[in-house]
Amino acid sequence: MVNENDAEASFVPMSSAPDKWLRKEHLPHIWCPGCGIGTILRQVIEQFTKLGWKNDDVVFVTGIGCTGRASGYVNAQTLHTIHGRALPTATGIKMARPDMHVVAMLGDGDGVGIGGNHFIHAAKRNIGVTAIVVNNRIYGMTGGQVSPTTPQGSKSTTTPYGNVEPSMDVCKLALGAGATFVARVHTANPVYVGQIIGRALQHDGFAVVEVLSQCPTYFGRFNGMPDPVQMLQWFKENTFMAKSPEDEKEGKIPIGVFKDDKTTPELSKSYRNLWEA
Amino acid sequence: MNKFDVSVDTRLCKACGLCVLVCPKKVFELRDEDGKSVPVNALACIGCTQCYQICPDFAITVYKKEGALA
Ligand SMILES: Cc1ncc(C[n+]2csc(CCOP(=O)(O)OP(=O)(O)O)c2C)c(N)n1
Ligand code: SF4
Ligand code: SF4
Ligand code: SF4
Ligand SMILES: [Mg+2]
Repeated sequence: MVNENDAEASFVPMSSAPDKWLRKEHLPHIWCPGCGIGTILRQVIEQFTKLGWKNDDVVFVTGIGCTGRASGYVNAQTLHTIHGRALPTATGIKMARPDMHVVAMLGDGDGVGIGGNHFIHAAKRNIGVTAIVVNNRIYGMTGGQVSPTTPQGSKSTTTPYGNVEPSMDVCKLALGAGATFVARVHTANPVYVGQIIGRALQHDGFAVVEVLSQCPTYFGRFNGMPDPVQMLQWFKENTFMAKSPEDEKEGKIPIGVFKDDKTTPELSKSYRNLWEA
Repeated sequence: MNKFDVSVDTRLCKACGLCVLVCPKKVFELRDEDGKSVPVNALACIGCTQCYQICPDFAITVYKKEGALA
């Protein structure tokens, strides 16, 4: 700080989110320099702060992977579950405690690979959980193996000549399975990531926010973008604002809110209505 | 008189350079010895928040001056 001697003024941090929502004693975190997971977590806690939620009213659930480590840093009720099982755990919590804000942060492998069936059923049930899918399009934690969302042609440890399979679209999957809030954003525009996560957190039903995120260490390094700055540039140049994940424009990736249905009943409420009747 | 101030926690910074990329006022520079960010031009800060919104390491705090004549 340069203005410490300014006698009249007091300098107040513009955001109180880190003080309120981080277990600061566990920082620095384990993520690599320039990894997008930290930016996304920042946006999540900014929204918790904006919404005025209490730490004890938020249940923050993760599975396994680099993304899975997020639960260790959040000052809330946190659960670090096994690989692919954040959503069934979150579902159980929401059924038992519908008064809680239940948030799950999933990797792409965790969420739609090993946990794919749980993802489909959470969507189908419209359980009141916010699922933030950190899609870095690779298995980061285990050394950069191909994931269900790795683009066709992209390199990974297990696809050194390029992935021959087509990739899975998280938003189309969520829509097809019945999620009632579905959006895709990317880390080159963190404020927009925060705005959309804020809407998803307030949604009464299963809300999916797919966040395209940079893994410079594996995805970037294997695909000609070892610097996080290059990866953010790629997101900017290869995405466009759309109304549907089916929209097409020069082979770019559609970004935006694709569904926001406020009429379909949320599962824990329907269940309670049934036995209270 | 400037209304904002900026600090970087060197213990948390991992020298990724994203703050340098997004700051519209060239507040940050990566220092030679280890590439970590230093707010060399903090007096130019306009409080746009972009640096701390993107910093993956929770290393940046932007302060707003309160209580004094702006
Ligand atoms: C049942 C089980 N199978 C496999 C693993 C090994 N494993 C750990 S993390 C991971 C993939 C992580 O990828 P992703 O979910 O995309 O998270 P990221 O690290 O990219 O954030 C795998 C396969 C495991 N821990 N448990
Ligand atoms: S391996 Fe990739 S996803 Fe994991 S912390 Fe490093 S950059 Fe992030
Ligand atoms: S964005 Fe954060 S971690 Fe990256 S160089 Fe700037 S202060 Fe350091
Ligand atoms: S708040 Fe804006 S102007 Fe100030 S240092 Fe951060 S990015 Fe630069
Ligand atoms: Mg991944």
